[in-house]
Amino acid sequence: MAMPISVSSGQPAGLPEPSALPGPGGARGRAARGRLTTAIRRNRKATAGVILLALFTLVALFPGLVPHYDPTEIFFGAKCPSCYSTPALVQSAPSAAHWLGTDLEGHDVFSQVVVGTRAVLVLAVVTGLLTTLIAMVVGVAAAYLGGFWDGVLNVVTDMLLVIPLFPLLIVIVKYLGQSGNLVLILVLTVTGWSYTARQLRSQAQSLRNRDFLLAAKVRGERSFYIIMVEMIPTMTSLLLACFLGNALYAVLAGSGLQFLGLGDPNMVSWGTTLYWADSQGALQSGLYLWEIVPGLCIALLGAAFALLNYAFDEISNPALRPLRAKKARRQAALAAPIGGRLASDDARAS
Amino acid sequence: MTHALADDPRGLARSHPSHGPLLEVRDLSVEYLLEQAVINAVDHVSLDVGAGEFLAIVGESGCGKSTLLFAIARLLYPPAAITGGSVTFQGRNLVGLTETDLSAVRWKDMSVVMQSAMNALNPVLSVAAQFRDAMRAHGVTSKQEIDKRSAEVLRMVGIDPVHLKSYPHQLSGGMRQRAMIAMAMLFTPELIIMDEPTSALDVVAQRSLMAQIKELQRTLGFAVIFVTHDMSLVSHFSDRLMVMYAGQVSEVGRTRQVFDAPKHPYTVGLMDAFPSIRGPRVPLMGIPGSPPDLARPPEGCRFAPRCPKVMPRCETSLPPLYQVEGVGVRCFLYDDGGAR
Amino acid sequence: MTELSTQPGPGPQAQDDSEPLLRVERLSRHFKIGNALSRATLHAVDDANFSVYERQIVAVAGESGSGKSTVARVLAKIYKPTSGEVYFQGKPLSAIKSRRDRLRYSGQVPMVFQDPFSSINPVFRVSHGVMRALKLHRPELTKEQREAEAVRVFDVVGLNPGAEVLQRYPHELSGGQRQRVGFAQALAMRPKLILADEPVSMLDVSIRIGLLNVMAKLRDTEGVSILYITHDLASARYVTDRLIIMYAGHIVETGPVEGVLSTPRHPYTELLLAAAPDPRAPLNVSSEADVGEPPRVIDPTPGCRFRWRCPLAIDECHRITPPLRELLPGHGVACHVAQAGAETGAFR
Repeated sequence: MAMPISVSSGQPAGLPEPSALPGPGGARGRAARGRLTTAIRRNRKATAGVILLALFTLVALFPGLVPHYDPTEIFFGAKCPSCYSTPALVQSAPSAAHWLGTDLEGHDVFSQVVVGTRAVLVLAVVTGLLTTLIAMVVGVAAAYLGGFWDGVLNVVTDMLLVIPLFPLLIVIVKYLGQSGNLVLILVLTVTGWSYTARQLRSQAQSLRNRDFLLAAKVRGERSFYIIMVEMIPTMTSLLLACFLGNALYAVLAGSGLQFLGLGDPNMVSWGTTLYWADSQGALQSGLYLWEIVPGLCIALLGAAFALLNYAFDEISNPALRPLRAKKARRQAALAAPIGGRLASDDARAS
Repeated sequence: MTHALADDPRGLARSHPSHGPLLEVRDLSVEYLLEQAVINAVDHVSLDVGAGEFLAIVGESGCGKSTLLFAIARLLYPPAAITGGSVTFQGRNLVGLTETDLSAVRWKDMSVVMQSAMNALNPVLSVAAQFRDAMRAHGVTSKQEIDKRSAEVLRMVGIDPVHLKSYPHQLSGGMRQRAMIAMAMLFTPELIIMDEPTSALDVVAQRSLMAQIKELQRTLGFAVIFVTHDMSLVSHFSDRLMVMYAGQVSEVGRTRQVFDAPKHPYTVGLMDAFPSIRGPRVPLMGIPGSPPDLARPPEGCRFAPRCPKVMPRCETSLPPLYQVEGVGVRCFLYDDGGAR
Repeated sequence: MTELSTQPGPGPQAQDDSEPLLRVERLSRHFKIGNALSRATLHAVDDANFSVYERQIVAVAGESGSGKSTVARVLAKIYKPTSGEVYFQGKPLSAIKSRRDRLRYSGQVPMVFQDPFSSINPVFRVSHGVMRALKLHRPELTKEQREAEAVRVFDVVGLNPGAEVLQRYPHELSGGQRQRVGFAQALAMRPKLILADEPVSMLDVSIRIGLLNVMAKLRDTEGVSILYITHDLASARYVTDRLIIMYAGHIVETGPVEGVLSTPRHPYTELLLAAAPDPRAPLNVSSEADVGEPPRVIDPTPGCRFRWRCPLAIDECHRITPPLRELLPGHGVACHVAQAGAETGAFR
C-alpha cells in the first residue's frame, strides 16, 4: 500500500539546539577544566581540602623543600662536668634549631614529621587506589553479570565484611613478621575492599537497567567491554568518593596499627613516631609536641580527604550545597513580591 | 456512569461563572535563581478561572505550565521563586501569605492532583490511612466522619470502598489516579488543580478518567485547572483552553474556538502535528527547531525563530495579547484586530 | 502483502512472490514470578504469528501488558522464546549460536529504545555509539570510511550538519535529536529490520512527526523495514503499512492499517479507536463506560482474554481461545463473534 507521504521534501531539518559550549573538542575540554577550577574555588570545603592535600603532597614528594635534619640524627645537649658522656638533647619547647623540639633520645621532632609524610601519603594513596580498583572490578562485575557470578562474588565479599578487622590485621602482621609500609598496604587492602565493593555493586545495579547498557548489549558488545567502557565511566564520581574514603581509612587505620606497635618501629612515619612518643611516656616527660604534632598531622590529612569527599559531592549534586545565610535572605526577599508579606517559610534551604 | 450523587453542600453554580472569577492570576512571573543563570520560567502570565469552569493549560515540555501550576498552588521551593504578579483566590492574594494562612486554604478550598499517583501516594500507608491523615490535618477528628467521608469520595470516583484497606501498589494505575482525585475531593474544594493526571495511564483508562472528572465537575461544581501536553485529550472536556509557549501565554480562549480556528502560528503548528486517525492521511511537518533557552530569552516574540509567518518586528518587540473574536492571541499578525 | 498463519490446521498462506524478511511462528514468552512459596507464570506473549516483509513498516499496537515490548525484546534476542520460533531470512533464531552469527544478526536487526534520556551513554560524545556500531558490524571499513559513514547516517536522519553534531555530548541535544541519534546508530549497521520500541512516546507532540518522517524515509530511501511498537494508533496510522493489535499477550487483529482502522472487526480494536483522542472528531461516549484495564495474565485459563470487558462476549468466548483467522484478504481477527459474523455474511 503506497504511502502518500513524500519524504524527500518537507522534511523538517533537525535544527541543532543552541548548545552550552561552542567550539570543537579542545575548547570544550579546556572549558570543562575551567569550570572545575571555578567550582573548587567557590566551594570552601574544596578549597581547604585542596590546600591541605597539596601541602602534604609537596612535602612528601620534595622533603628537601623544607629544611630538616636526618630524623635519626641524635643531638646532644650541654656537656656537664659530672657526666661520663654527653647526654642527648631533650627539648620540650620549640627553639630556633629545633622547631618542634626533640624527643627523649635527642631526635628532632620536626624532621620526623617531615620525613614521615611520604610514608603516610604513599600508604594512603596506594591503599586507596588498590582498594577502590579491586572493589570496582568485583562490585560492578557482580552487578552486571548477576545470577551465579553475583552469588559467588557476594559470598566472597560478605565473608570479608564479616571478619573483624583488627584481630585479622594483628594476626596477619604477626604472622608475616616484618611490617613495613608494603605489608600494611597489603593488609589494609585485603581487608578493606569489601565494603566499597558492596557500595559500588548497589550503584551499578541501579545503573544496570539504563537503556544505554542494554543498547550496547543489543549492539553486540561483549560483557567485559560493557562493564569497563560503558558502565564504569558513568560511575566516576562515586569512584572518586570511594577512593577518598578509602584513603582516609588507610591513613587512620594504618597509623592506628603503627601506634599500637604493629608497624615497623624503625620506619619513619607519623604513626611510629606516635608509638615511640606514647611508649616512652612523652606526656609525662613534658614533651607535648612530640606526642601531639604527629597526631595532629594525621588528623589534618584525614580531614583533607574528608573535605574533598564532601566537596565533590556538593559540586556534582547542587541540591547538597549549603545555602548560605546571605543567599537565603536574598531568595526569600524575591519570593515575596511587591506589597506582599514576607513568608518566613520561603527561606528554606533546599 | 454509576456513582452516588454527591451532596452539594455549597450549592455551587454549575459551570456558569456567576460573580467574579474564582481565581485571578495577574502578571505572574516565576524565576529559577540558579548560581550560573536565572531562568525565566513563567513570564507575566495572566488568567482567570470562574466557578465551575474547566480550564486546560496546554504546552510542550519546558513551556512553564507545571511551574505556573505550582506557583498558583504555592508549592514552589527555592531555587524557584515568584518574582512578580498576584494570585487572587476567592479575593485573597495567595502570594505573600504565610504557610499558616495557606494551610487554611489548602485542601479545603483548593487541592492538587499530581502527575504520578505512585509518586504522590505514600507507599507504606493504606488508602484509608492517607485519607485519615489528610482529614485530621484539617481538623476532622471523629472516626465516624472520617470513615464515612472516605467511603463517599471513593464511591464518587467509581472505586469500591472495600479498597480503603489496600496499599497503593495493590491498586491498578487507573485506580490509583482515581484515588488521588478522591483525596483531592475530601473537602469538596472550589478549585482542583491537576498536573497531567492521566499521562501515566493507557489510552482507554485515560478516556474514562477524563469523563469521570468531567462528570464529577458537573455534579459537584468545582473548577478545574488541567495541565497537559496533549491537546487532543482535553479537546472535548475543557471549557477554555490556554496554550503556553516558553513561559508565556500564546493563545487563550474557548476550547472549540481555539481548536476549530487556531490563530497563533504555534497553535496552528501544534494542531497540525497531530496525525489524524479518521481524517485524510497527509504528510505533516511538525514544528522545526526547539524552544528557546529561558536563561537567555530572546528579545521580541519567543516563537519568532521557529515561526513560519515571522516578520521583522517580531524579533525586536514582544507582541501583547490581542483580543480577537474573544480569543487572546500573542501575535503581531492580529495587530489591527483581524487575521491577515 | 499479507501472510497469516492459523492455529493447527492448514499451513501459512504465504504470498508466492517473496519470502518474508521475518516470520514469527507461534511465539510464546512466559516469565516465572513469585517466590518459593507461590510460584506462578506470567504469560507475556502467547502464540503470536506474524510476518514482516522487506521495505515495510509494521506496527504492533497495544496497551500496557499487551506483550508488544516483549515481542520486540524476543526479536532482539534479549529474551529467548518459551516456545515457538522466529525465522529471519528463512533461518531460525535458535540456530544462531556462534559469536559471529550473533553479531551478524544484531547488526541486521538493531533496536531503538524508548527513553531518549537514558538510551545514550552520557559520558561520551554521541559519535561513540555510531563509531562502535561501525567498528563491530562493518569491519571492512577504514577509519576514514567509518567517519564518513557516521556523518552520512547523521545527515540521513536529519541531524545536520552531521560532522558537527557528532562532536556533541548527549546533554547538549534535545529529546528528539537523541532519538534521531538512536536511529542513526541503527542505520549505521546496514540493518534489514529496525525494532523501534515506542521511539516517540516520550517526545513532545510536535517533535514526534519529525521522527515518524525519519522512519518513513528510512523505509523509502534506505530500504529498511521497521517494526514499530506503540500504544498510539494515530502515529501507527501515519507511518505504517500493516497494523497488529495485541491484547493481554495475544494478537487480536492484524491487517493493512487503513483496513483495520476503518473497519475494525475486533471489539478491542473498536474500543481503542473510540478512546483515542481526536480533536477533529465528535466525542465518542461508548468508551467512557469501560472502566476496566488490561489484565496481567498469570496462569490463564483458556478463553478469550478480552471477555470480561467485551460487550459481545458469548459462551464460547469463555471456553475456547479464539484463533487468529483471516476474514478479509490479509485482515485477520481472533474473535469468535467476528468469525461467526463473517461466516454468516453478517457485517457488524
